[in-house]
Amino acid sequence: MNILSLLILIPIITVFGIAFSRSKNMVRIVALVGMSAQLLTAIVLMFSYYATRDAGVTAQMIFYQDIEWFKFLNIHYTVGVDGISVAMILLTGVVTFAGILASWEVEYLQKEFFISLILLATGVFGFFISLDLFLMFLFYEIAVIPMYFLIGIWGTGPKEYSAMKLTLMLMGGSALMTVGLLGLYFNSKGADGQLTFNILEIAKVNIPKSTQMFFFPFIFVGFGVLGALYPFHTWSPDGHASAPTAVSMLHAGVLMKLGGYGCFRVAMYLLPEAANALSWIFIILATISVVYGAFGVIWQKDLKYINAYASVSHVGLITFALMMMNKVTLDGAIIQMISHGLTTALFFALIGMIYGRTHTRMLDKMGGLMKVMPFLAVGFMIAGFSTLGLPGLSGFVAETTVFIGAFQHFDIFHRIATILVVSSIVIAAVYVLRMVGKLLFGPIVDEHHSKLKDAKWFEKISVGTLVIAIAGIGIAPFWLYNLISYSLTPIMSRLNEFSNLYTHIF
Amino acid sequence: MINYTYTVWIVLIPLFMFVILGLFGMKMRNSLAGILGSLGLFTSTVLSYITAYFYFFKVGPVDGVFQSVSAYNIEWLAFTDTLKVHLGVFLDPISVMMLVVITTVSLMCHIYSIGYMKGDTGFQRFFSFLSLFTFSMLFLVIATDIIQMYIGFELVGLSSYLLIGHYYEKPAAVAAANKAFIVTRFADFGFFVGILLVSFYTGTFDFTVLINGDGSIFAGMAAASFMGMNIITWAMLLIFIGGAGKSALFPLHIWLPDAMEGPTPVSALIHAATMVVAGVYLVARMFIVFHFQAPDALEVVAYVGAFTSLFAAIIAITQYDIKRILAFSTLSQIGYMILALGVSGYGGEEGVGYMASMFHLTTHAMFKALLFLGAGSIIHAIHSNDLRDMGGLRKYMPITFITFAIAVLSISGIPPFSGFWSKDEILAAAFEHNKIIYFSSVLVAGLTAFYMSRLFFTVFFGKKTEYHHTPHESPWVMTIPLIILSIGAAFAGFIPFNELVTSDGAVFESHLSMSIALPSIGIALLGIFFAFLLYYKKSNTPDKITTSLGFLYKTTLNKFYFDELYLFVTKKIIFNIISQSIAWFDRHVVDGSMNGIAWVIEKTSVKSKELQSGQLQQYAFIFVAGTIILVLCFAYLFN
Repeated sequence: MNILSLLILIPIITVFGIAFSRSKNMVRIVALVGMSAQLLTAIVLMFSYYATRDAGVTAQMIFYQDIEWFKFLNIHYTVGVDGISVAMILLTGVVTFAGILASWEVEYLQKEFFISLILLATGVFGFFISLDLFLMFLFYEIAVIPMYFLIGIWGTGPKEYSAMKLTLMLMGGSALMTVGLLGLYFNSKGADGQLTFNILEIAKVNIPKSTQMFFFPFIFVGFGVLGALYPFHTWSPDGHASAPTAVSMLHAGVLMKLGGYGCFRVAMYLLPEAANALSWIFIILATISVVYGAFGVIWQKDLKYINAYASVSHVGLITFALMMMNKVTLDGAIIQMISHGLTTALFFALIGMIYGRTHTRMLDKMGGLMKVMPFLAVGFMIAGFSTLGLPGLSGFVAETTVFIGAFQHFDIFHRIATILVVSSIVIAAVYVLRMVGKLLFGPIVDEHHSKLKDAKWFEKISVGTLVIAIAGIGIAPFWLYNLISYSLTPIMSRLNEFSNLYTHIF
Repeated sequence: MINYTYTVWIVLIPLFMFVILGLFGMKMRNSLAGILGSLGLFTSTVLSYITAYFYFFKVGPVDGVFQSVSAYNIEWLAFTDTLKVHLGVFLDPISVMMLVVITTVSLMCHIYSIGYMKGDTGFQRFFSFLSLFTFSMLFLVIATDIIQMYIGFELVGLSSYLLIGHYYEKPAAVAAANKAFIVTRFADFGFFVGILLVSFYTGTFDFTVLINGDGSIFAGMAAASFMGMNIITWAMLLIFIGGAGKSALFPLHIWLPDAMEGPTPVSALIHAATMVVAGVYLVARMFIVFHFQAPDALEVVAYVGAFTSLFAAIIAITQYDIKRILAFSTLSQIGYMILALGVSGYGGEEGVGYMASMFHLTTHAMFKALLFLGAGSIIHAIHSNDLRDMGGLRKYMPITFITFAIAVLSISGIPPFSGFWSKDEILAAAFEHNKIIYFSSVLVAGLTAFYMSRLFFTVFFGKKTEYHHTPHESPWVMTIPLIILSIGAAFAGFIPFNELVTSDGAVFESHLSMSIALPSIGIALLGIFFAFLLYYKKSNTPDKITTSLGFLYKTTLNKFYFDELYLFVTKKIIFNIISQSIAWFDRHVVDGSMNGIAWVIEKTSVKSKELQSGQLQQYAFIFVAGTIILVLCFAYLFN
C-alpha cells in the first residue's frame, strides 16, 4: 500500500466512521482520532522522505504510483511527492488536526459538519499528492464544494451571501483554470504521440511560446483567485467573516495555499516561457496586494476582516515571491505558504474561541481580555508577532527569505517593487499592535467579559500545536529548507532555461 | 589559545530563564521567580567577567592588536551557496566590553526589581521578560553577522514593547509600548533595506568579512550610484537609520520619553543603559566601513548626534516628570556617543572618538542606570513622578541621596567621577575634527550640569514638601544595587580604555589635555552654580524666567511639538486618508464591480426566465411567430 493513498484513505474511513457514530461525543472522537492518524501519517511521510533522499534516491517524485484510470482520455491516478508537497501535506495535517479540536463544541448538525470538514481536508490532501492534472482538478473541486455548505449552514452573519460569493468566485477561477488545463492537455503530445495529463510528462514537452502565452494567464489567474490575487480577493474578507472557525482556519490556512501551489506546480513549471515573459504583470498585481491589503487592514474593526485583509497581504507575498523567480524567492514562497498557513490558522482559531466567549468580533466592543483569558491572549499575541514577522517565529524566516531573494534582481522595477513590499512590515506592525492593544490590553470594556473563562483543554491543544509549529520553523528553519530545497532544483532549472525572457524593466 | 565556546552559555542561560519563568512562573512564588531570574543572570555575569579577563588580560593583544574571535558559529539559514546566515558568538573588544556592561547593569536591575516590584501581580511575568530582554541584548552584541544583529534589534524591540506595556491595563502604557515598537520598526525597515543592499553587492552577511579592513568587497558598491550618491553611502545611511531608531536619535526620538511608562527598573536597564545604545553599538560595529567606504554617511552621523544631544538637553531643562528628565538626558548623552563616533578617525590617536564613544557608553550605563534606579527609589518612597511633589528628601533617604549625588556629579562631568573622563575624550575628539560640533558639545555639557542639578536640588533640598506619610529609605535589595552602581559611576573613569577598546584594536597613548578639560569643567560648574541659585531654596525666580520667555518656554515644554507632528502624519494622513480610502475603495469599487457582475447575470437570468411563463397562448404566439420568421428566412435564402 502506497503511503500517499493512505492520506486519502484515512479521511474517507473517518468520514464513514463519523457517519456510523451514535453519539455526539463519539463523532468528535472519531474525527479527532482520524485526523491524528492523518497527522501522524504526514509526519511519517516526512521522515521516510528524508530517509529515501538520504539513501540516494534522486528521482524528482518519490512514492510515485501510476494507475491507469480512464484509458480513452489517458487519465491516470498518478500520485507522488517531492519535498514541497511533503511540506504542504504536513501543513495541512497540522491545520486539520487543530481545526477539529477548535470545532470540538459544534452542536448544530454536528455529524454533517465534521463530515464536510473532513471531505474538504481530503480534497486538499489529494490535491497535494496528485501529479495528474485531471486528478488534481478533481480534488480541487472536492475541496471547494463542501466550503459552500460549511459557510452557508454553519456560518454567521450574511452567510448565504458570503457562501455564494465565495463559491461563485472560486468557480469562476476554476472555469478559467479548466480552459488552461485543457489547453495544456491538447498541447501535451510528447514523443509517444499520446496526449497526457501527467505533469511530469508535460514538463518534458516544449509547448510553443505563443500557446504558452495564451494559456498561462488562464491557469495563473484561475489559481490566483484562490490565492486572493488582486483584484480577485474580495471573496476572502466576506467568506472568512461568515465562515465557522475551523473552516476559516482550513480555508485561509490551507485552501488559499492551493492557489499558490497550483500557480507554482502547474502554471510556472509547465509553462516556463510564459512565466518568465509575463512575470512583471503579476509582480505589479502582487505588490498591490501586499501593500493595499496591509493598508486595508488598518481601518477594519471586525477581527475576521482584519485577519482576512492581512491574509490578502501575506498571500500576495507568495505570488510576489513566485514571480521573482529565483531559487531564494521560491524557497521563500514555499516557506511563506507554510508560515502563513500556520499563523493565519492560529489567528482564526483564536478569533473563533474569543468570539465563542464574547459573542462579538468588533474591536471597539472588547478590551482588556489579557486579564480574563491569559492563555488565549498569549496565543493571540504570538499569532500577531508571527504576522508582523518577528524573529523566532515563522513569519520572519519566510519574509526575510523572500526579501533577500527578490533583491537579487538589480533593475529599478524589481528594486522598487521589493522595497514597497518590504515596507509592509511596518504597516503590519501598526495593524497588529493596534489590534492587540485594543483587544487584549487596556481596561475591560464590557463588564460581562470579566467573568469569562480561559481556554479549555481541547483549545489549549489546538493552539499549542500551532504555536509549536510556528516557533519550530522560526527557531530552526533549516529542516524546512532541507525538505524543500532539493525539490526546487528541477523546477528552477526548467524556469532558468528561458530566463532570457524574464522581463527586467528599466 | 583559550577555547571560548562556553560563551554561548552567557546568552543561553537568560533564554532558558525566560522559557522557565514564562511557562512555569505563574506556579512559583514571587520570591522564587525573582531569585531564579537573578541567579541565572548572576551566572551569566560571572561568565562575562571571566571572558573579559581572558580576552583582555590573559590572552591580551597579539602583536599589539586585540584579535577578534569567532567563539561559536552555526549555520542557521543558507539562502544560496554563498549567502548564509550564521548565528554565533563573535568576540572582539567592543562585544566583550558590552557583555560586561550589559550583564552588570542587568544583574543590578534584577536584584533591585525584587524589591521594587514586590507585590506586583505581574511579578513573574516581569522577570521572565527581563530575562528575555537580557538574552536579546546579549544576542545582539555578540552577533557574528548582520542578520543576527537585525534579529537582535527586533528582539530587543519586542522585549522593550512587552516591558513598557507591563502595566497593560493603563492605556497610556499600551500607547507608549505601541509607539516604541512601531517607531523602531520603521527604523528597522531602513536597516533591513541597508542590509539588502550590502548583502547584494558584497555577497555576505558575515561581520568577519565585512569589517576586516579589506575594502575590496565594497568595490562594486562604491562604483554603483543612485540619485547622485553612491550605493554604499545609501546603504550605510539606511543602516544608520536602524541604529537611530533604537538609539532614539532625532527625529526618531519620540518614543523614548513615552517609554517611561514602563516600570523604573526597565527604564534603567533598557531605556538608559543598554538597548538604547544598540544604535551606537551598530555604528561602532560597522565603523570601519563607515570610515573608509562612506565618510559622507559618517558626517551625517556626527551631525545627527550633535543635534540630538543639544536638542534633548534643551527640552530636559523644562520637564517636570523626573523620569522624563532622565529620558531626555539619555537622549542627549546618546547624542554624545554618536557624535563621538561621527568625528572619529581610524587607528591610533586618530581613533580617539571611537574609544571615547565606547568609554562614554560604559560610564553612562553606570551613572544613568544609577540615576534611574535612584529615581525609582524616590518614586517608590513618595508615589509620584512629579518634581513639584518633591523636596527636602535628603534627610529621609540618605543612601539614595549620596548615590544620586555621585551620579549627578558624574554626568555633569566633574572630576574625578567617571563621566568627566569619557566626556573629556569626546570633546577632545570633536575639537580635533569639527569646531561647530565641539562648541555645541561644550554647551550641552553646561546644560547637562544645569538640568541635572536642577533635578537634584529640587528633589533633595528645596522647601520641604508635606508628604502623606513620611518617606523612608528603600529596602536593602534596592539600595545595594545603588551602592554597587555608584562605585561604578565613581570609578569607571579610571578604566584605561585606550589600552582596551580602540578603533583598530591597537593600544595608543591617551593624555588629558588641559585646554579641553578646563573649559568643560568650568562650564559644568557654571551650570551647577546657576541651578544652585535657582533651585537650592524654593523661590519663584524660575517661574519669573519662564513667564518672561513665554512662547519659547512653551514650545520647549511641549518638546517642540514633535509628538503632534507625528500624530498628524499617522492619524490624519495614514490612518484617515490612505487607509480609510483603501478600505472604501475595496468595498465599493473592487467588490462593487464583482457584485455588479453578479447583478447583471442575475438580472439577465430573471429576464430570460420570464420566457418560461407556462402560458399556452404565449408559447403558441412565439411558436407561430418563430415559424413565420423561419419561413421568411428560408424563402429569402432559397430564393
